[in-house]
Amino acid sequence: MSGPVTIRIQEDDFDVAREIASLTAGRTDIGAVVSFSGICRGDEDSARIAALTLEHYPGMAEEEIKRHVDEATSRWPLSGVTIIHRVGRFTPGQNIVLVLTASQHRQAAFEAAEFLMDYLKTNAPFWKKQESATGAGWVEAQARDDEAAARWTRS
Amino acid sequence: MKLKYFAWVRERIGKAEETIEPPATVRTVEELIAWLSGRSEAYAYAFEKPKVIRAAIDHAHVRPDAAIAGAREIAFFPPMTGG
Repeated sequence: MSGPVTIRIQEDDFDVAREIASLTAGRTDIGAVVSFSGICRGDEDSARIAALTLEHYPGMAEEEIKRHVDEATSRWPLSGVTIIHRVGRFTPGQNIVLVLTASQHRQAAFEAAEFLMDYLKTNAPFWKKQESATGAGWVEAQARDDEAAARWTRS
Repeated sequence: MKLKYFAWVRERIGKAEETIEPPATVRTVEELIAWLSGRSEAYAYAFEKPKVIRAAIDHAHVRPDAAIAGAREIAFFPPMTGG
């Protein structure tokens, strides 16, 4: 890939506009940037969520995301990728994850962003604990997330 | 070798990491899970559904039949729920 790859795991919030500006600074070959933000929801299956706590496996999380980025860049002509995953405790409305994909044309950027998010959800070592009125509990993995990731498997 | 535990596996075992030397008869990830489960009720509870447990050797996902020889760090955790 002819472009920057930024992978950060941090407690601090991110600024989507600033990250896009940083990804495209000085570039005239980029025709498309797709931005995906994952945000803490206020309800899950009609239960109100007070907060989410994100735990990760330091070291492996960065390496696993890098492997996904390498796979994405081997499949699509990308000009740059930024992935920021926050850890810590979040209340509804707060940012959790950012994926930016840049390319000459939109299709590659759209597809690569979706691929990266699908794989992040099922393969990157992060876990969510949810606090609600009924107490706190670990969020269970969803079959629909496995199915979303599986559709990218090449036969 | 160093073992690391995350999320409810960590909570059930009651520690985030430890260093262990399993006997030579323990050759694979699933054999290590079975051996750990015999150590105490806390481990047995953490690994009560071994098919649900995911494992990584030296920061890479592995299957239950993966060999543990030469591993520096083995991690056990539930299915991932990030993003």
